[in-house]
Formats: sequence, C-alpha cells, structure tokens
Amino acid sequence: MVTPIALVDCNNFYASCERLFQPALRGRPVVVLSNNDGCVIARSNEAKALGIGMGDPWHLNKEKFAKHGVIVRSSNYTLYGDLSGRVVTVLRAFTPDLEVYSIDEAFLSFEGFSQLDQHARTLRATVLQWTGIPVSVGIAPTKTLAKVANRTAKKTAAMEGVCNLMAPSDQELALSQLGLTDLWGVAGRLAAKLEALGIKTPLQLRDADPSWLREHMGVVMERMALELRGTPCQALTLAVAHNKSIIASRSFGQAVTQRHELEQAVAMHISRAAEKLRRQGLVAGVVMVFVTTNPFRPQDRQYVASRTIGLPVATADTTVLLKAAMLATVRLWRDGFRFKKAGVTLLELSPAATVQGDLWTAPDSPRSQALMKAMDRINAVHGRETVKLAASGIERKWKLRSEQRSPHYTTDWNDLLRVE
Amino acid sequence: MTSGPSSHPIACEIRTHLAVPCFVTSISAGFPSPADDYLDTPLDFNELLIVHPAATFAVRVVGDSMVGAGVYPGDIAVVDRSITATDGAVILGILHGEFTIKRYRSRAGAVWLEPANPAYQNIRITEDSAFEVWGVVRHTIRML
Repeated sequence: MVTPIALVDCNNFYASCERLFQPALRGRPVVVLSNNDGCVIARSNEAKALGIGMGDPWHLNKEKFAKHGVIVRSSNYTLYGDLSGRVVTVLRAFTPDLEVYSIDEAFLSFEGFSQLDQHARTLRATVLQWTGIPVSVGIAPTKTLAKVANRTAKKTAAMEGVCNLMAPSDQELALSQLGLTDLWGVAGRLAAKLEALGIKTPLQLRDADPSWLREHMGVVMERMALELRGTPCQALTLAVAHNKSIIASRSFGQAVTQRHELEQAVAMHISRAAEKLRRQGLVAGVVMVFVTTNPFRPQDRQYVASRTIGLPVATADTTVLLKAAMLATVRLWRDGFRFKKAGVTLLELSPAATVQGDLWTAPDSPRSQALMKAMDRINAVHGRETVKLAASGIERKWKLRSEQRSPHYTTDWNDLLRVE
Repeated sequence: MTSGPSSHPIACEIRTHLAVPCFVTSISAGFPSPADDYLDTPLDFNELLIVHPAATFAVRVVGDSMVGAGVYPGDIAVVDRSITATDGAVILGILHGEFTIKRYRSRAGAVWLEPANPAYQNIRITEDSAFEVWGVVRHTIRML
C-alpha cells in the first residue's frame, strides 16, 4: 500500500505575511529584500508578472520599482518565523506525521486518509482562515512527485490549490508539462549534464534505466528517477534532533573597519545565540567567531577567518560566552580590511542538565542561571535587547540596513497592529 | 581557686564528630503537607484568553467607536481567526482596505457593522463593499 505524501507550500510566503496586516498591499506588486536590503528574495504574483526576478539588486532597480508602484519591504524574519510556526501548528491537526522542510514548506503523511482531495481542501481552508496564509497542496506517492503536484496546483488556477497525483496517468500528464529544471533539486548545470546524456524531459528521466543513471549521474539521480516512477526513496524526516550548532550572523550595513565596531557586532551575535541556546535548554562547549570581507569588491583586500575557543565547562551564560568570543575576535582581527560580515557559531551543544564541572570549574551557578533567566524574561516581555551587554554597543553604526521593515506585529507588544 | 577534680584540665584529643540533627528551621521530611492532595497548577492566563494559539492575534485599539461594548482606546484586543463571525459578535474586519473593530450584524440577509458609540453611524455592507471579517474579538485587556 502506497502512503500518500502531501507537500504543503505557502504561496509567496513572505509577501503573504506582509499582506496579512497590511490590506493595502493586496493586489499590488510586493517584493521583499534580503538582509541588508540587498536584493529581491520574494515576490508577489503581481511582482512576478512585472518581470522582477529573484536576486534582482534593489539599488539597480529603485527607479523601475517606483515607476510600477512596487511596494518594497525589508525582510521581517521575526514575523515570517512566527506565522510559519502557526501554519505548522495547524498542519499538525491534519496528520500525525509531518516534516517541516523549510520556513514555508512541510511534507505530511496522509496515510490512512481515504478522501485525499477533501482532506487537502479542508486543510487548505483551515490554514487560510486560522493564519491568513494561502497554501497549495500537492499529493503524490513520493516526495519528488509531491513537489511536482504542488507546482501543478500553483500553476493551474482551476485546481484551487490542490493537486492529487496518486494516479499514474495524472503523473504522466503533469510531468509532460514540465522542464528538467522544474524538478526538485535539478539546477541548470545538472540539467545540462542530463541533456548531454540525451535526457531532455522529466518523462525521459523517469523512464531512463536506473542502473545506467547511477553509473553516469550518481545515486541521487537514480533515486530521483525512481521517485518519478512513484517508488518512494526518501522517507519523511520526522524526528527533530536537537541542533548541532547555533549560528548568529549578519552582514554589516556599512563596511566595518574599526575593531571596536566588530567587537560590538560579535557581542550582539553572542547575546542572540546564547538566548537561542537557553531557549532550547542547551549549553555550548565551543565558541567560534568568523569574519569576512566583501568578495564582490575585488578592489578590496580580502580576508576570511575564524577562530575557535574551547570552554573549560559547557555554559549557557552570555557573559562567559562573550569572554570567549572577545578572545577569538582579538585573535582574528587584522587592521586595514573592510569587513562585510561577522558571526558566531556555538558548537558542542548538550542539554544543560547533563553538564559536569571539573576540579577547577563548576557548571553555571544558580546565580548565573537566574541572571540569564531574568535577562531573557525582560527581553521577552519588553522587546528584544531591552537589557543587553554594554559590550554590544549603543551606537551601532554597523547595524544592518532594513529601512522598510514592517512592524513585529506578532512578537512585540509595542508593534501591535493599531486599529481605529 | 578552689581545688577539686573538675578544675583539673584533662588532656584529651577529639577524634570524632558526631553530628546531632538539630531542627532549627523548616522540616522538609516527616509530616506531609495537608495540601499535597489538592495541589493544582497555577492560574494560566494564556489558557483563559487563548483557545486556539495558532489562530490568536493581539491588536491595539486606538479608536473610540466601541466604547459602549467595553472596547476602549489603549486596550489590547485578543482576536481569534478560527471563529466564524455570527450576528452580534465583535469583530476585527477590513473595510475598504482599513482595519476596524465593530459589532457584526447579520439578519434576514442584510449585513451591517454596528458601532457601540452614538457618535458613529451603522455601516451597511453590500455586494460592492470591499469587506471581510479578519477575526472575532474574544477579549480586551486594559491596563488600569
């Protein structure tokens, strides 16, 4: 018995999030910019229709956008993350088995459900009503075909957001309308390689001899061909292992050339990473700090470096992690470079409850734990960085550009939607 | 000094300690608390205010059109999107592109929005009105 897999994908997710609290954005072209307002990373359908591409740099397109009345938003990951979590919560009511694949996609097992289309339609309507986010649902026997089904659902208005490809004849029809690069994980270079072997369409890929494919293209492509035939090769990844590392990093709004500015940025990142660490009940044994110059400015001298500091005892105390991070920062600092980005990675994570001290050092004291808890609570209630380490700086000239960010409607009491 | 056996110091060496328990502060073992059987979790305001967490949003009231219904400027309105509006519900809606909080009225095929303040007029909703219900206001929270 084949288990139906549903891929639920939020339609133009970032643009939909922006529209939820700003009805004036509906029906108008909306683009969302990458961190630091660099380039376009999300588009509404209206923006796509204007020919705006993913990755289009903002500073080269300002006039074009203004001429067409394109609404530009800086990315608001705080909002997107909150709404993504809500969507997943609603999805969990529709299946016991679910894999969150990305911020706007999840694979669901529809095992045991007989009325697949009806189930998918109810799911879609519920997600829309509860969270305000429109989604498309693709149902198929494998993940690869579920991706195809989802794409077909999006492209075919008459399907109203649900496409069921459980039947081989429907799979055949859907695949016949796609190009190779429309398949999951097939980029231009891979498609060119396939074409060189005489495989020019998804149907030809499906019908190619699997062992011949493995010989010429590797096991991944063999699996893809099998999945296109309806033979599952990739199970849902249901269990969420605790994070192996926690990263906090950002590009700078303007190049950083002063050591104290870099130290402030690293201190801010360590604070954020430590907060994430504590939220998951973990401690870190290793702190890594990394910096890089801007590789897209060939006129600049380039420098990419990281330094790693091991801690005697794993900790979740921001002040201890900060000391290690500052030591690493001092070690990797070089004068005369224009730094573009810095970040910290916390490694060797383990549950806080299992930490053991050694002869000279003790695990985080109750006093330290209480301080960190108080800091997290204050920042949770009164907004991010109400209480922060002075080392992370007050002025922050280096801070990321996000000039057109919408409010944190769902996570900050000061940012709530105001209603007349 | 008088002479007597007790006045002669006796050289001795203390080799062992015997710890004698001394009940100075609270006793943690022994008598069970009579409340043990009745322990319950503390009151949780989330439980009171939020039935469907994924569908519940908070917004700030700034207008005075609903003061008669106890919705005051400065209040935080708790809005549940999972509830379908019925006649009489206080709703957060979008009318002609603007958010508004009003009482939703739906009787005999007619739909209108009813303010709770005599200074405001009812708003008739027709086929041509760009209107939708965004969510149902379940609570307001007010700082005194």
